[in-house]
Amino acid sequence: MAAERNLLKDANREGRIFTDRLVVTLVIFAVMLGLIVIRYYHLQIVDHAIYATQSDQNRLQTQPLPPRRGLIRDRAGRLIAENEPSFVLSVVVERTGGLDEIIERLQQIIELSDDDVAAFQRRRPSTRPYAPVPLKFRISEHERARIAVNSHELPGVEIEAQLIRSYPLADLFAHAVGYVGRINERELQTLPEGPYEGTFHIGKTGIEKYYESVLLGQVGVQTVETDARGRIMRLVEKTPPVPGKDLTLNLDADLQLAAAQALQGQRGAVVAIDPRDGGVLALYSSPSFDPNSFVNGISFNEYAELRDSPDVPLFNRALQGQYPPGSTVKPAIGLAGLHMGLVTPQSKVADPGWYTLPGDDRRYRDWVLRIRGRGHADKVDLHMAIAESCDVYFYDLARTMTVDRMHDFLQDFNLGARTGVDTTNERPGVLPSSEWKLQNRGRPWYPGETLSVGIGQGYMLATPMQLALMTSVLANRGYAYKPSLVAEVDGVVPETERLQLPDIEPSHWQAVIEGMEAVVHERSGTAHAMAKGLQYRVASKTGTAQVIGIAQDEEYDEDEIAERHRNHGLFIAFAPVEAPTIALAVIVENGGGSSAAVPVARAVLDAWLANPDKGVMRHVGLASNG
Amino acid sequence: MAEYLRRMPDSGDAFRRSSTVWSVLKLDPWLLSGLLALAGFGLTVLNSAVDGSNAAIQRQSVYLLIGFCGMLVAAQIPVYRYARLAPWMYLIGILALVSVLFLGVGAKGAQRWLSLGGFRFQPSEIMKLAVPLTVAWYLAKRSLPPNPKYVGATLILMGLPAVLIFLQPDLGTAILVAVSGFFVLFLAGLSWRYLLTAAGIVLASIWPLWSFVMKDYQRQRVLTLLDPESDRLGAGWNIIQSKTAIGSGGWSGKGYMQGTQTLLDFLPESHTDFIIAVLAEEYGLQGVLWLVMLYLFICLRGFWISYTAQSTYGRLVGASITLTFFVYVFVNMGMVAGILPVVGVPLPLVSAGGTSIVTLLAGFGILMAISQDKRQVN
Repeated sequence: MAAERNLLKDANREGRIFTDRLVVTLVIFAVMLGLIVIRYYHLQIVDHAIYATQSDQNRLQTQPLPPRRGLIRDRAGRLIAENEPSFVLSVVVERTGGLDEIIERLQQIIELSDDDVAAFQRRRPSTRPYAPVPLKFRISEHERARIAVNSHELPGVEIEAQLIRSYPLADLFAHAVGYVGRINERELQTLPEGPYEGTFHIGKTGIEKYYESVLLGQVGVQTVETDARGRIMRLVEKTPPVPGKDLTLNLDADLQLAAAQALQGQRGAVVAIDPRDGGVLALYSSPSFDPNSFVNGISFNEYAELRDSPDVPLFNRALQGQYPPGSTVKPAIGLAGLHMGLVTPQSKVADPGWYTLPGDDRRYRDWVLRIRGRGHADKVDLHMAIAESCDVYFYDLARTMTVDRMHDFLQDFNLGARTGVDTTNERPGVLPSSEWKLQNRGRPWYPGETLSVGIGQGYMLATPMQLALMTSVLANRGYAYKPSLVAEVDGVVPETERLQLPDIEPSHWQAVIEGMEAVVHERSGTAHAMAKGLQYRVASKTGTAQVIGIAQDEEYDEDEIAERHRNHGLFIAFAPVEAPTIALAVIVENGGGSSAAVPVARAVLDAWLANPDKGVMRHVGLASNG
Repeated sequence: MAEYLRRMPDSGDAFRRSSTVWSVLKLDPWLLSGLLALAGFGLTVLNSAVDGSNAAIQRQSVYLLIGFCGMLVAAQIPVYRYARLAPWMYLIGILALVSVLFLGVGAKGAQRWLSLGGFRFQPSEIMKLAVPLTVAWYLAKRSLPPNPKYVGATLILMGLPAVLIFLQPDLGTAILVAVSGFFVLFLAGLSWRYLLTAAGIVLASIWPLWSFVMKDYQRQRVLTLLDPESDRLGAGWNIIQSKTAIGSGGWSGKGYMQGTQTLLDFLPESHTDFIIAVLAEEYGLQGVLWLVMLYLFICLRGFWISYTAQSTYGRLVGASITLTFFVYVFVNMGMVAGILPVVGVPLPLVSAGGTSIVTLLAGFGILMAISQDKRQVN
């Protein structure tokens, strides 16, 4: 009983203790509750704006919409560069969980070369976090299906449709138009980031590079709602991209084709210009290559083959090839002589087949000496000198003119300087003067060297583009427009610069051009072979550029000289003479002489003037056959 | 104590028979309505969190049904029986915890489950009830306030399961189990001097615990709590995303089923531990306050039942269960809101999850039994 009382007494005390403790507990309880409410009040009311923004940023993702690259068409509207839909396999590295496993898994599913993986790894460091990094381009329908089936075990792997540049005429315009390629690391460092968001390609050469800013267009933006895994749930806002501007070229696929066919199997180049506006009608360098190979990264082997080929197909001979222009400069020098009053159309020079400088024994031979054993005639006038390409006449004229006056006059034909044609990698050639030699060779000018320049040899070098421009000046009798490959940018004709020669008496022009006409149209002309079946009148000049120097007493024997050491054949021409619409320059490397270049020029002139319905489609077959 | 209870066996029979339906069912109407409201609210929020997935809602409904049935059963058992049952429950729980360490089924590097004939259960859940019941059983038998010997014994009683649960490892549950035992000790009148000493020991043990006991991932969680931005995509992701969800809800919320953080999968574990963020995002602070008021109502009713309980045992158990329940609410809401470490504590009766619901409702069944107990005495 005592124990019971004790228990009851304890129970009362315990009740009091409990009540006390419950009060303390309730106080603590209230504090904790208050803390929670304050915390939620703070998050939801005080900092609401911050978190609302954060939540929007979370779900809203801004994605670039790459613009469509501008199309390139030839003057007849035929597509030269277009965009083909293509599927690209990309990986969002941050979402894969384990990159190595994903790549391994992909390799089991589709064909994925070590090159692809290596290129992917190179691309990775320069990509923003959570941005897809391309792993393989040109995914086939079959591969897409295989990836779709296995997509549940390929987190972070995406397939995206992309427009990829393609060149339907393949090698026909490779040097003229150039190509796009993937943006490389060096370019990534220098390019502004914005305009290239979502774009993988950039113009690497030619028109594609020169007109990059026009062709590129403006990147668009879309805001999409995505989940935490980056899957797009909804489109919120969209600013469409502005497509790049389309280009229409002055180039004509038919002329390109004519040039390509005429040059097939040879190394050489053709540049044709419409002298009326400077539009470049043809620009072809042979051999060519397929620019499509470069768009998504050429394979090492394929590149090595192009790079190591003795024919250097990647070399753009039309703009980068610098050749001695040979006799093709004779009309310009003849004109200079008339203009300076050093000769008249009637004045004649004795031609024994060679020329000596006063007080010097060295014989400067005329090319004809080897063939006829004598000169062109006892006395040679300007007409004959141009028609038959008489070296002695021009040796004499050059000597009286001196190299520096020759230099100044030829400068007006834009020789020795880039023409400024709207493309990349043009070279300037060399128009020598005594000052030039002193600066570049550190030696004074020797009189004999003047004779060489008089027949377009020696230090003198010109590109086919320069020669074509010079021919345009002759065709227009004193002026020309800066050559332009592009005729219209989105329908707008760009302004052209004019190249103007000093006023030269019309009779002087007449004399020179008559001489040039005689080259083809007179029996004794050096290109008379071309006259057969010709439906228009041509003014032209042949040329031969020495590749190796021939010692004075040596005979030039074509057969004994290795093919690579044979002379280059050159030819310039404009037509029709009365109202020229085309001026061109042709070079055939190691063609032996101008006879190799003349048929090429004929083919191009015919394509422009006599054979308007030559279809381009035949070449498409030609290209795909290799 | 048992003697004391047995002294008044059938004295309340007549009263009971003449009483309301609630006393027949031995249920407390206030507590029951609070819990039903909470369960209903919870299901609504869960429906949004699982984006209307019927399977998940059905599963949760079944668990709630089992839970409420369990509560009904628990309410029928006279309070004194719990005192007898408690030590056995405790022993079984300890055995289960030991076997979990050897036979347990793992998930995410932790062994927390025992698999019995395809049915998985978490022994640590038993301890959430067994520890306060056992500690109360032990202390209520003795005269209070507890002397140092009793305190020591109590500490062992709550410490043993806590250590076993910690070894699984499950830090959050280990702490909560220990805390539920500690509440009993506190309510039983643990002297303030001991309390301060204990607080001192806890503070002093922080460093050795940090350096030698805690696992890397546990340390990471604490570090991440202090600076979630340090690991935005890793451990910090959850907290950043849940804070964003809560904060972007504002006062009135984005609307039911309109929470973008939830719908777009930014919020991790949105239907389990982080479900309060779904509520906060879609209903705003209004919704949070409604939920808090529901919890407040349930807790206050629980404290009232404990206060009016007729036995020391009933008082200790009742108040401890109520307080533990609230601590769950506090820890969960605190961790999701980024003021407490992420320790994996569900939001009571709202988070999806079976065992926790059944245990919690069983606890409220015991509270109801206690509420009936006082009428027997009267």
